[in-house]
Amino acid sequence: MEKTLVNIAYLISASLFIFGLKNLSHPRTAVRGNILGALGMFIAVIVTLLDKRIVDFSLIIAGLIIGALIGTVLALKVQMTAMPQLVAIFNGFGGGASTLVAGSALFGSATESLPYDFMTATVASALIGSVTFFGSLIAFGKLQGLIKERPIRYSGEQLVKASVAGITLVLGYFLITTPEMKFLFWAIVLLSSVLGILLTIAIGGADMPVVIALLNSYSGLAASATGFVLGNNALIISGSLVGASGIILTNLMCKAMNRSLTNVLFGGFGEVAKTEDDIYEGKVKATSPEEVALLLEGARRVVIVPGYGMAVAQAQYPVRDLFNLLESRGIEVEFGIHPVAGRMPGHMNVLLAEVDIPYEKMKELEEINPTFEQTDVVIVIGANDVVNPLSQTDPKSPIAGMPVLEVWKAKTVIVIKRSLSPGFAGIPNPLFAMDNTMMLFADAKKAVQEIVNALKES
Amino acid sequence: MEDLVMYLTVFVLAMFVGFEVITKVPPTLHTPLMSGANAISGITIVGALIAAGSQHSSLTTIMGLTALIFATINVVGGFLVTHRMLEMFRRKD
Repeated sequence: MEKTLVNIAYLISASLFIFGLKNLSHPRTAVRGNILGALGMFIAVIVTLLDKRIVDFSLIIAGLIIGALIGTVLALKVQMTAMPQLVAIFNGFGGGASTLVAGSALFGSATESLPYDFMTATVASALIGSVTFFGSLIAFGKLQGLIKERPIRYSGEQLVKASVAGITLVLGYFLITTPEMKFLFWAIVLLSSVLGILLTIAIGGADMPVVIALLNSYSGLAASATGFVLGNNALIISGSLVGASGIILTNLMCKAMNRSLTNVLFGGFGEVAKTEDDIYEGKVKATSPEEVALLLEGARRVVIVPGYGMAVAQAQYPVRDLFNLLESRGIEVEFGIHPVAGRMPGHMNVLLAEVDIPYEKMKELEEINPTFEQTDVVIVIGANDVVNPLSQTDPKSPIAGMPVLEVWKAKTVIVIKRSLSPGFAGIPNPLFAMDNTMMLFADAKKAVQEIVNALKES
Repeated sequence: MEDLVMYLTVFVLAMFVGFEVITKVPPTLHTPLMSGANAISGITIVGALIAAGSQHSSLTTIMGLTALIFATINVVGGFLVTHRMLEMFRRKD
């Protein structure tokens, strides 16, 4: 096919990606948006297959079938609670693929003196792609519970990371200036892989939303870098879009924790759990599912605040039953969702959508906060730091200034939690000891189920 | 060098488009946005196809094939799982 035609087809693909993303601005049009994106990808693949440079199709067909099979199985089997680790691993595959394509272009180039721009892009792709691949593998391992979620920290940690990064850049410089030393490509890949691992093992579970968003951005930037290597606008544009998306999400997540990206990546957060039992001493009131049911019966407006604990306990199913039961009795129910609740941006929304909670009922922090004063009962399910009033009262607290859900302004707050153990930030939560708070110490799924049963019996 | 500047122009402009479009995505859809964007970053499949099929050397073919498998998982899995999630948001309408 003519080169011009191929490039026009790529332009159509890139435009379809942009239209697709634009359609994601509303749940009603989002499905169509995703299909437009997939169509764009389909066009790009077909056009590439017609490219004259491809001489052997047998391997390609095998590769496409293997990849499509694995992708389909993963996509259809995954539980919604496991979405963060799936996205993490997909990010990794994208990054890894970009590095390999750039490498293949390098080793496939006959000319021994390659231009600087080609070499710079190759080095960038090797570096970003490898960091993405191995960083994502570690993130996957942490989210899947294969590796401890706790951040791994050691003395001289930042120095080690800086050295690895520094050596990688020096090797990159050598490869750019002396392209004959192609073997340096592998050294860069190796060191970047180590860097990806080092950067991610230092980050704790609840900071995963930031890490996944960042890796998402990297996977896009890696694709862009590979686009520079191949001189392919489709890769440059698409990669750039994804890079932008990841940067926006990373930024939102950091803001939602009132922390800088540097602090999330390199700061010590959540490594030590301080015990300050005295703030709870004699002030914590425990309650029972029956008592909660009684309270709910008298309520006019209820807000449910889900956290990662709801996902862990798979409590979204009884939460749906509770929602339906309360709504059928004319009680207004809404969900207050903190941006960093869960392990990736929008994690809670997907879990609730899975159990058919209408998206109009899922309220953002800014929307729900002014409504707590008119709320009779708030049920906090498996959330902790995101409802901690210390963020507003204690300027020395590690979460000082973090926007939180001001649940304590409601008439009554029910906190469903196994114990008084601190959340990820490692600090106590005065909410648990407030006069209008009652603790329901139980597994989230069981507790909600029992509340539903008690409501049905009454 | 001229090529590089042209590619950089495209890169930067696409970045601006990305910022414009993606800031309009509501937080409720942030997970599908990530998986969908992720599938789009699988565009590297285009390079993988050429690398796997151009038969420069066995090294480039192996790298290309591995890249192709990775990218295909990324593309197929990414779009499918995004579709699955978005259907959940839609069916309440």
